[in-house]
Amino acid sequence: MSQAEVPMVKAEAISKSYGSNEVLKSISLEVKRGEVLCLVGPSGSGKSTFLRCINHLETINAGRLWVDGELVGYRQHGDKIYEMHPKEAAKQRRDIGMVFQRFNLFPHKTALENVMLAPTLLKKGNKAALQTRAMDLLARVGLADRHDYYPAHLSGGQQQRVAIARALAMEPKLMLFDEPTSALDPELVGEVLDVMKGLAESGMTMIVVTHEMGFAREVADELVFMDGGVVVESGDPTEVLTNPQRERTKAFLSKVL
Amino acid sequence: MNDMQTAAAGTSSPQPRRHDEPQAIEAIKLRHPWRSVIAAVLIIIVGLFIYDALANRPVYSWDLVVKYLFDVRVLNGLWQTLQLTIYSMVIAVTLGILLAIMRLSPNPVFRAVAWAYLWVFRGTPVYVQLVFWGLMPVIYKSIKLGIPFTDIGFELITKDLFSFFVLAMIGLALNEAAYMAEIVRAGLLSVDKGQDEASIALGLGWWHTMSRIVLPQAMRVIVPPTGNEVVSMLKTTSLVIAVPYSWDLYTRTHDIGVSMYKPVPFLIVASFWYLVLTSLLMVGQYYVERYFARGVAARPEVQRPTVETSTIGVVGLSSATEAGGGYPTASDGEGGDQIVPPHGRAGGGGV
Repeated sequence: MSQAEVPMVKAEAISKSYGSNEVLKSISLEVKRGEVLCLVGPSGSGKSTFLRCINHLETINAGRLWVDGELVGYRQHGDKIYEMHPKEAAKQRRDIGMVFQRFNLFPHKTALENVMLAPTLLKKGNKAALQTRAMDLLARVGLADRHDYYPAHLSGGQQQRVAIARALAMEPKLMLFDEPTSALDPELVGEVLDVMKGLAESGMTMIVVTHEMGFAREVADELVFMDGGVVVESGDPTEVLTNPQRERTKAFLSKVL
Repeated sequence: MNDMQTAAAGTSSPQPRRHDEPQAIEAIKLRHPWRSVIAAVLIIIVGLFIYDALANRPVYSWDLVVKYLFDVRVLNGLWQTLQLTIYSMVIAVTLGILLAIMRLSPNPVFRAVAWAYLWVFRGTPVYVQLVFWGLMPVIYKSIKLGIPFTDIGFELITKDLFSFFVLAMIGLALNEAAYMAEIVRAGLLSVDKGQDEASIALGLGWWHTMSRIVLPQAMRVIVPPTGNEVVSMLKTTSLVIAVPYSWDLYTRTHDIGVSMYKPVPFLIVASFWYLVLTSLLMVGQYYVERYFARGVAARPEVQRPTVETSTIGVVGLSSATEAGGGYPTASDGEGGDQIVPPHGRAGGGGV
């Protein structure tokens, strides 16, 4: 297989349970390079858990998960699977950016420091160059003028945009968004979605857990509807949203659209 | 997205305004006559007590208090106490952070070691521990470092290695570390789980996450009780006679007092200096707290080095409280050594 054909994310029959509570039941899906996948579904359907498995914030109990052709969290030698050392797992995560519902910015650091922190600690590059790059990223999300603000002095939408810039600072090849606009006031949702749209247009591979069906229709290459830990329906977003095949999908969409 | 925005705009159509000019409220202030009465009664009682102590109680020997307040032996005792406090707190905080991180570490061996440490050092009285440390050079006369069952290695004589001062410092520090560990652990647990996650998702390792993300945020919770522990340590140094180390402030003043058959004035001398030091510590704590509160919206309950003076303010002493300038001061007037509590900095006591 040539490099271009290796999917960015490939999940093969992933299962995950907390004790006896099975939250993911044999999920299989694929995200190609440069593709945007939107995961929708009712809360508790397992979509956030699935997202967190992709960068090994949660461990899976069964199945296989690859990011860019590499097994996530494990190493395979022959037919044996070895648990990864935390350091290796950390290294793997550097290529995967993640944006959280509650932003999780570091409150004791300014916007610029938030963006610069990981590259400064890990790449040990020239500080001036890192700072220029961090400022560029802040400019990209429209917040260059707020670089010396602490998160507490930024609006929710601004915080989330800083969080996106922070995730981009590690130059990831994949971006995960866990309900990035769910904690925002309605009037602030647009600015965050605009940044995400720009990111998608620049060719970033993205997996977005969201309730914004308008965004999914406009930006996503594929829409996956999950419920009860399984993929109920997936396909072209417009197709799924306007002409859902399954009863469960219809019922859900009738409530959110 | 656009649908949503227009929908949001639709629901919040502007309401017409009814009132043109809001009128300012000019209410008569609620009076609190009992506050003034209680304050007046208290001041009279305290005044009588001070008068009585100055005029009718020769046992206080105020002349001796004044004479020995700046005696070189007393000041040296003060310096020893200060050193013991600082050194043992530095060790205790460092060790406490280490123990707290160990207790929260994924490594079960670290967790067990930290737990056992806490169990022993928090579970026995500090006085008993100090006596034990004092006996160390007797119980373990020498320390041999080398390979067991061979002659390779060298030997250290314990009592040459550890003076009573060092043993006192170790004893105080190791005991305090157990308490500090719990304070630090509470601080670490107070930091939102999302912070760890964000840091880990960036690809930072456990150490970077702890040292750069979690611990700095935990400091806001850790500093106030640590200030408390420093004050407590300052006073606990008065127990080092158990080692026996006898050059600290309390033991020194006590010894002088006993040799002159006048213990009471020296209790006052010691108390005076302990109060001066704790007052200074309160000021220092304010600035440390302010530093670690950066990035967090200012909250009024961040402790300033103040005592509540509003009650006194009612009966007209507010000008006196402001004259102190904020720092705890001690007026060394003739005879009467008054300790002025640290008064309100700007915005502190003027409620």
